Amino acid sequence: MSQDNVVEIRNIHKRFGNLEVLKGVDFSVGEGEVVCLIGKSGSGKSTLLRCINLLEKPDDGSIHVFGEDILHIRNVDAYRAKVGMCFQQFNLFSNMNVLKNCTVPQEKVLKRPKEEAEKQALYYLDKVGMKEFAHADSRNLSGGQKQRVAIARALCMSPKLMLFDEPTSALDPEMVGEVLQVMKQLAEEGLTMIVVTHEMNFAREVADRVVFMDQGVIEEQGTPEKLFTDPSSERTREFLARSIH
Amino acid sequence: MMSFWQICINIFRTYAPSFLLGVRTTLIVSLSGTLIGLAIGLVIGGFRAVRLDYTASFAAKAVKKIFDLLTKLYIDVFRGTPMMVQAVFLYYALLNVIHWDKMTAAVAVISINTGAYMAEIIRSGIQAVDHGQTEAARSLGMSNAQTMMNVVLPQAIRNAFPAIGNEFIVNIKDSSVLMIISISDLMFQAKSIAGTTYKFEQTYFVTAAIYFVLTTAASVILNFIEKRMNNQTVSLPQSDTSPSSMALAGKKEA
Repeated sequence: MSQDNVVEIRNIHKRFGNLEVLKGVDFSVGEGEVVCLIGKSGSGKSTLLRCINLLEKPDDGSIHVFGEDILHIRNVDAYRAKVGMCFQQFNLFSNMNVLKNCTVPQEKVLKRPKEEAEKQALYYLDKVGMKEFAHADSRNLSGGQKQRVAIARALCMSPKLMLFDEPTSALDPEMVGEVLQVMKQLAEEGLTMIVVTHEMNFAREVADRVVFMDQGVIEEQGTPEKLFTDPSSERTREFLARSIH
Repeated sequence: MMSFWQICINIFRTYAPSFLLGVRTTLIVSLSGTLIGLAIGLVIGGFRAVRLDYTASFAAKAVKKIFDLLTKLYIDVFRGTPMMVQAVFLYYALLNVIHWDKMTAAVAVISINTGAYMAEIIRSGIQAVDHGQTEAARSLGMSNAQTMMNVVLPQAIRNAFPAIGNEFIVNIKDSSVLMIISISDLMFQAKSIAGTTYKFEQTYFVTAAIYFVLTTAASVILNFIEKRMNNQTVSLPQSDTSPSSMALAGKKEA
């Protein structure tokens, strides 16, 4: 098993009742790599992502992250703190303002003093262009603003790996750009990222590797150039033909 | 011959100190009963709403199962029997054990009774909080308890506030059944005033009016608090949020 890989997944299976969503997936991500997972709805890409931070537990197989066997660790919370995640529905805490969204997890999980947590929060809010909204009610923001705050909130925990689960799918078209730009910046800074997305242009531009999933397995993976211009699988070709206009 | 209204006014004037004493007891019993009941409801409803995921140990799951069964029994019994019966039964059953006074017994009964309703109000309030809130908190490394205390419960209480406030109004009225164990609440005072004056209609009319004033005042106060809770909006700064103007983009160029 390679020691360099941040994520090392071997033959994982996941079923929900009678539906087998993951049918034996091998998947690895190297340090600093940006991997985009693409595929139809129900192909298992979100489930794969959710298995990585243990929001779902695979029925079979193994997952090593940072060299640790995460399916058999005791302190799941401490592990999750090292893995940032952004959701399609943003999930900002609606009982807290923007700043509190970013500081409360740091204070509770990392036991950071309030001042330090605020400093960290303002640094990342500035980075995503939301510093001036620090004291705004999180419920009053636009979708794009919410997602940028959610990214800042995750970054405040100093994650070594970021997971994005369709971060732009719930956004109005004019707000997609602002979120993707933040993500692009993170990718350029060398953060290891796994992104489930339907934004083919983003995948083509930013990803080091694109993984196409279909019916619970990885159908094909490769560099964006290879996958988008010369896919070897017929299914990949079909999917791309329908997704790229 | 005095009219109905004149008699009402006379009764109120003559017995105002007794009525006020009754109001005081009624408010003490119903307010403390509601608050203690809320505390009971928060603990029981909070734990009942916890869904242990696969990371929980076997022991935790077993304790949870037993807790769920016992609290279900408590809720069903206290919601399924009249508070008046609960009051007499508990007061006399425990009298020889803990030698409590009537006022303590009254507050205890109304608290335990309210707690059963509050537990269900809080539980459903928690379950109405979007599951994404929990997932986000867990993904940041917050524990089950941290997630509940910092994220879910504050939202659940905000959602459930109208129902919680309604319990207070119900308690102002329903504490009248506690006169069965002879606490000197408004209903008890009314009964003794009526017994002295033999003006039953007028005395109970005045009593009803006082209850109505109490519940109306409580409802006004609760509405005010509810508005304050929901209007914590802060005006947003005016700024251009298009990608080109973002600090991020600006930083790159600099």
